[in-house]
Amino acid sequence: MIIVQREDFEVGIELKRLTEGNNEIGGVCSFIGFVRDSPERESLEAMTLQHYPGMTEKELNRIDDEAHSRWPLEASLIIHRYGRLQPGEQIVLVATASAHRKAAFEGCEFLIDFLKTRAPFWKKEDYGSVKEWVGSLEADNRATEKWYE
Amino acid sequence: MKILYFAWVRDKIGLDSEEFDLPPEIVTAGEFIEWFKTRGDNYAEVIGASDTVKMAINQEYAGPENAISNEDEVALFPPVTGGKY
Repeated sequence: MIIVQREDFEVGIELKRLTEGNNEIGGVCSFIGFVRDSPERESLEAMTLQHYPGMTEKELNRIDDEAHSRWPLEASLIIHRYGRLQPGEQIVLVATASAHRKAAFEGCEFLIDFLKTRAPFWKKEDYGSVKEWVGSLEADNRATEKWYE
Repeated sequence: MKILYFAWVRDKIGLDSEEFDLPPEIVTAGEFIEWFKTRGDNYAEVIGASDTVKMAINQEYAGPENAISNEDEVALFPPVTGGKY
């Protein structure tokens, strides 16, 4: 399931909802992303996430479909937030459920890698006097490419 | 044609979106970009950073060879950035 929302999410409730009623599930792997401070600069006041409504859901669904075609996943969930977020707030939840742990671990890592390089989200960091758009990270692009090696 | 702008492209153009009448001789995304540049200095500046600006046609990533028409929804934006997790 794909959810793009401004509101925060409760991980426990979401994971329970993901697995409820499916006794074929042997394990769930989840990843939660947070807004974090950069240790190398002054303190981050907030981060604003902008996205492309419509295309975001389309890209996330495409990534999710690809994960299901590569691994035997019983269920998967991506919740991504947008809007103005403070350091320490949750940005994203990715969870994969499978009969066995390997598919769940790998599927989850694949989803988060792809989400970061394919889903149309942009971030503006607010350092008080300086507000700037964040460029794409070369390390993220490499993380995505490894799935095609 | 509807065109949408995101992130610093939106700041540079000064609008979230615009409606254009695309000249009928323009049939590819590459031709569209050349035409788009001529609309003003800020438009040219956006495209001047063309190794960084990405394009979508009808909410699908597109390259210069892709077909384009006046009925399409086009978007211009910087490379996407996930969270720094």
